[in-house]
Amino acid sequence: MPETEQFLLKNINVPGVDGIEVYRQHGGYEALAKALQSDPDQLVEELKKSGLRGRGGAGFPTGLKWSFLAKNDKPRYLCCNSDESEPGTFKDRMLMERLPHLLVEGVLITSYACRVKTAFIYVRGELPYAADQVQKAVDEAYEAGLIGSNILGSDYSIDVIVHRGAGAYICGEESALMESLEGRRGYPRLKPPFPAVIGLYGGPTVINNCETLCTVPAIIQHGADYYASFGTEKSKGTRIFGLSGQVKKPGNYELPLGIPLRTLIYDERYGGGVLNDKQVKAVIPGGSSTFFLGPDKLDLPMDYESVAAAGSMLGSGGVIVINEDTCIVGAIARAAEFYRDESCGKCTPCREGTYWLTELLERLEHGKGKMKDIDLLVDICGNISGKSFCPLGDAATSLITSGIRLFREEFEYHVTHGHCMVG
Amino acid sequence: MISEKAKERMRALARRYPAARSAVMPSLYIAQEEEGYITREGLEAVAEAVGITVDDVESVATFYTMYHTQPPGKKIVKVCTSISCYLRNCDSLMEHLEARLGIKRGETTPDGNITLQGAECLASCGSAPVIQVNGQFVENVTLEKADTLIDELE
Ligand SMILES: NC(=O)C1=CN([C@@H]2O[C@H](COP(=O)(O)OP(=O)(O)OC[C@H]3O[C@@H](n4cnc5c(N)ncnc54)[C@H](O)[C@@H]3O)[C@@H](O)[C@H]2O)C=CC1
Ligand SMILES: Cc1cc2nc3c(=O)[nH]c(=O)nc-3n(C[C@H](O)[C@H](O)[C@H](O)COP(=O)(O)O)c2cc1C
Ligand code: SF4
Ligand code: FES
Repeated sequence: MPETEQFLLKNINVPGVDGIEVYRQHGGYEALAKALQSDPDQLVEELKKSGLRGRGGAGFPTGLKWSFLAKNDKPRYLCCNSDESEPGTFKDRMLMERLPHLLVEGVLITSYACRVKTAFIYVRGELPYAADQVQKAVDEAYEAGLIGSNILGSDYSIDVIVHRGAGAYICGEESALMESLEGRRGYPRLKPPFPAVIGLYGGPTVINNCETLCTVPAIIQHGADYYASFGTEKSKGTRIFGLSGQVKKPGNYELPLGIPLRTLIYDERYGGGVLNDKQVKAVIPGGSSTFFLGPDKLDLPMDYESVAAAGSMLGSGGVIVINEDTCIVGAIARAAEFYRDESCGKCTPCREGTYWLTELLERLEHGKGKMKDIDLLVDICGNISGKSFCPLGDAATSLITSGIRLFREEFEYHVTHGHCMVG
Repeated sequence: MISEKAKERMRALARRYPAARSAVMPSLYIAQEEEGYITREGLEAVAEAVGITVDDVESVATFYTMYHTQPPGKKIVKVCTSISCYLRNCDSLMEHLEARLGIKRGETTPDGNITLQGAECLASCGSAPVIQVNGQFVENVTLEKADTLIDELE
């Protein structure tokens, strides 16, 4: 068995692969043709067997989610979540810009497997080129008879609509995304019911992340067993790790789940080491909504279970590396501003809490804080986390609580010295 | 002015979706394309095409940051200020641009040419720091590269 396999990015550097012709020359849409020969339920079983878990952040098993679609006579919908906006995450944009047909193929196979007749691709508003690329791919696919009535001569018909967001992080949360798609403000809905039961326009709805859907064609093409032969016991296959921050070679790397964090950061093929050959101070393993890991965790296998056991989350796969020269208080303050600005304002703990957190952090960062502000931060986090309407509130606290736990002396130094320990 | 053609595009969108109301966001984009920002007339045109009240349309338009309530500069320069860009010195990039353009973030040059904005993570963290000009990416931006960019825009 090869050490690893590129299920998603194999052809990303092929010139012209964003167009339908070159994409097809490299095996594109063969998986769709194969899928249309199978019974939809069999495809759902195949996905279950593959062990694929959602790449949007929560890691919910994809095949299982498809099998939870309510069985009633309401129209079913699929929505691809391409609202990518989690700080540290930049894989979906790359997939849409450079492999838009892979996404379209994934959308089509998934729609067929889930007996969906109308699919949406919700693209973040700030990514107009990505949206144009996806729209172009959809248009080409209509033209080629891959979308529309009786695709590839089968009795299956499907419509695909590309929908653009307009600037609101919260619309990546699936229920807010549905509100937005239905033409309203992007406020989250109460869950459950999950979209699989009551979703878009009240119908059972599959919502999957862009990368999740891009993985589907390879699973159908190569078989679930082959896909599942990569990765770990419970975290199967490969995923795209987006490496950013203070590393020599930031970028998106598709690697098997379970790869040691150290390999990702230091291997010459991937991160190539820390910028200016400094030491790692902390790593945020899955986008800014996840908890810090300290330098003692560098040998951690990057799979869902191991990262959770180490006190964080694999999240969106955005690995952010911070070196010893960076002031942790400043970095946390910056991350906190994001949640303050993006809180949708629907519930009080998050709306008010994120504001106070930012105020306190800026005060500490600028040397004007007091010792009790540090405990106050922890206290406010406790009043937001678990008490907010949606997970954005929880997310706003993760770097603060874990940051204080790991680097309390840096916060205290700001108070006692009026400036930071480093730099 | 919202042209008849634009209104027809909005009505076509309202027919394209399973529920007409879903066309409100794309229609707002059309209105903005026509007039540069969202005017009263734009809101009315969308309301009529989609079949909801003007207040309803306005409540949607004001929720999303990409619908402008005022005419922006010809070129909108966004500098990402989120965590991965922060770790790659986006703050000095922003300061440099502010000094060069003689405006603060959020402002527009007096000639109405360039609006400078801070932005949240633009999904380009692996090529930080990053700037967007009217939606187009400029990646791995150095101060020199930023100067060249402004030379071109001016
Ligand atoms: N990619 C990005 O840009 C961002 C990702 N995130 C991630 O999002 C995650 C939270 O997302 P949520 O959707 O709130 O997580 P969740 O745990 O509620 O759901 C995950 C998925 O599984 C489905 N699901 C869960 N239980 C189900 C059931 N019993 N029946 C049917 N479907 C079920 C949900 O509908 C959803 O699609 C966080 O862990 C975070 O890492 C957060 C911010 C941004
Ligand atoms: C505040 C917030 C923002 C989110 N943003 C995104 C996003 O941009 N993209 C995404 O795929 N999932 C995002 N999610 C997760 C979605 O709610 C949902 O779990 C995901 O789209 C399901 O797809 P998956 O199972 O394929 O991962 C977000 C969740 C929260 C709470
Ligand atoms: S937790 Fe924040 S983002 Fe979520 S509903 Fe409440 S205010 Fe809105
Ligand atoms: S943090 Fe700047 S692009 Fe993501």
